[in-house]
Amino acid sequence: MMEKKKSSYEIQAAEEGTILPLHSLWRGLRANKLAMAGLTVLVFFIAIAIFAPLITPYAYDQGDLLNTNRPPSYKHWFGTDYGGRDIYTRIVYGARLSLWVGLASVLISVSVGSVMGLLAGYYGRWIDMLNSRLFDILLAFPSILLAIAIVAMLGPSLQNALLSIAIVNVPTFGRLIRSKVVSLKEEDFILAAKSIGMKDRRILFLHILPNCLTPIIVTGTMAIGTAILEAAALGFLGMGAQPPQPEWGKMLADSKDYLLKAPWTVLFPGLSIMLAVIGFNLVGDGLRDISDPRMKRG
Amino acid sequence: MLAYTLRRVAMLVPVLLGMSIIVFMIIHAIPGDPAVIILGQKATPEAIAELHASLGLNDPWYVQYFSYLKNIAGGDLGTSIQTKTAISKEIGPYLAATFELTVFSMLFAIFIGVNAGILSAWRRNSWFDYTAMLIALIGVSMPVFWLGLMEQWLFAQHLNWLPSIGRVNARDPVESISGFYVLDTILARRFDQLEDVFKHLVLPGIAMGTVPMAIIARITRAGMSEAMASEYIRTARSKGVHEFMVVYKHALKNAFIPILTVIGLQTGMLLGGAVLTETIFGWPGIGRYLYSAISARDYPVIQSGILVIAVIFVCINLVVDLLYAYFDPRIKHR
Repeated sequence: MMEKKKSSYEIQAAEEGTILPLHSLWRGLRANKLAMAGLTVLVFFIAIAIFAPLITPYAYDQGDLLNTNRPPSYKHWFGTDYGGRDIYTRIVYGARLSLWVGLASVLISVSVGSVMGLLAGYYGRWIDMLNSRLFDILLAFPSILLAIAIVAMLGPSLQNALLSIAIVNVPTFGRLIRSKVVSLKEEDFILAAKSIGMKDRRILFLHILPNCLTPIIVTGTMAIGTAILEAAALGFLGMGAQPPQPEWGKMLADSKDYLLKAPWTVLFPGLSIMLAVIGFNLVGDGLRDISDPRMKRG
Repeated sequence: MLAYTLRRVAMLVPVLLGMSIIVFMIIHAIPGDPAVIILGQKATPEAIAELHASLGLNDPWYVQYFSYLKNIAGGDLGTSIQTKTAISKEIGPYLAATFELTVFSMLFAIFIGVNAGILSAWRRNSWFDYTAMLIALIGVSMPVFWLGLMEQWLFAQHLNWLPSIGRVNARDPVESISGFYVLDTILARRFDQLEDVFKHLVLPGIAMGTVPMAIIARITRAGMSEAMASEYIRTARSKGVHEFMVVYKHALKNAFIPILTVIGLQTGMLLGGAVLTETIFGWPGIGRYLYSAISARDYPVIQSGILVIAVIFVCINLVVDLLYAYFDPRIKHR
């Protein structure tokens, strides 16, 4: 069977090592030990999130007021919190919330940012001007502050925290896609598509967008880690998850008054946030090294 | 350079206007009556009507926006609902406290971050390099507020080495002259108090400076690795220049522009992160001011606090861009 002939653009891109098809991204990732370690951490968190009810002995909101702030033991691996709730159970269920906020918020930012970036980069003129100014304005705030401002408008809840983090990250992806589109639209294969009368929508979503996939995946992976940190920060400030939701940042905020008496109530939720974020950062670093060899470390 | 500076400053106008719209919207996008949200469900109709009048909520939104814009342009940041004091009057000491903490954190971040990055690039793939980059990875992945809590537990509560909250021993307050306690204690020749002020700075300073430290270390390592591989470094070495001078004079000079940019950007980011660090360490800065306003639903303070931090952030970014253009003339022509 004849192999599908590659376009000159694909060959050039592969030679330059700037844009790679997904399977080579995976191949590169497998060769990178640190990235694989990160991926293992992520798979672990995803697994405990999925199988939470099977691997936890208690309900996450089941308190026992006779056993508050107990140290780690055989019955309670990570100890109990101020309400006598099992911290291990709450952390396992918390993985669901943190991964959900991280993934969902980045998916929203990628979708909205992609559409805005595609339109701005492809059509230029006033659409570009309008979008770019909007991105400038959103990027003019420190990200956590903008998220706080948005939650202050919408009211504190996990869903609004998710939405605010999504909005804060839109300009990152919007700008990324815009700059890619500006250079891609002058390429021969786009001019060819135009000359055979292909509609703009088809060109944008079938030809340009797939070529932006690699940078989206690289930036998106790192953005999930940042989103988890931001969600935890909002939770810590009381602007995210509400009781009795076992969100890691909220757990830290609730336990901070018992720091001296029961340090494990603060230790484990923080370690979980850190590990999950390290996982995303390692995979993100690895993907970046593969897609842009100039950035290669070590 | 002048033309570039003017163009860059002109670009700020739409950004600042946009920021004012977002901040203005904070109070107007609240679902329901903002006065009821602020005062709570049990507020009397008279109190609600009074707040409506004082916040100007009875006018159409565009009238409210333009009067808001006029006020902030004239330096009037509104009145705090909690303290009933003009925000522009009470915000000064908070800003000074945050400024002092930011400077301390950044000095820590720059000193450790730049040197660790340089040593890592110099001794690439050594144990030092691996350890430093592992610490940097943990640094960027760790929630600042958790690091702060852990520091408090270990150094303040467990070992009892350093104070865990506040800017100074509450029983011996600093007589404020400039609002910067390090400066004030030196001016008053109270060196015992200066030591106390420094001790109070250590834990929040390290907590706040860890993320920028990690990022600076990574960028420095990347930039220095590239610089160390260049021809002019080989030339310098072959001339017999001392290795220390090769690294700190020749290589660092060329790797410094991206490091400078990151230092600038991180300083701005710290202001956002101040909300978290200052809350944990009871640091009476702008972040804690904002946090207590959030808890009390003091919307005028939330609006002005966010606006002031964002304007400082934008100004820092402007300075970074101008410095970048100054050091790398190619930027101006893009």
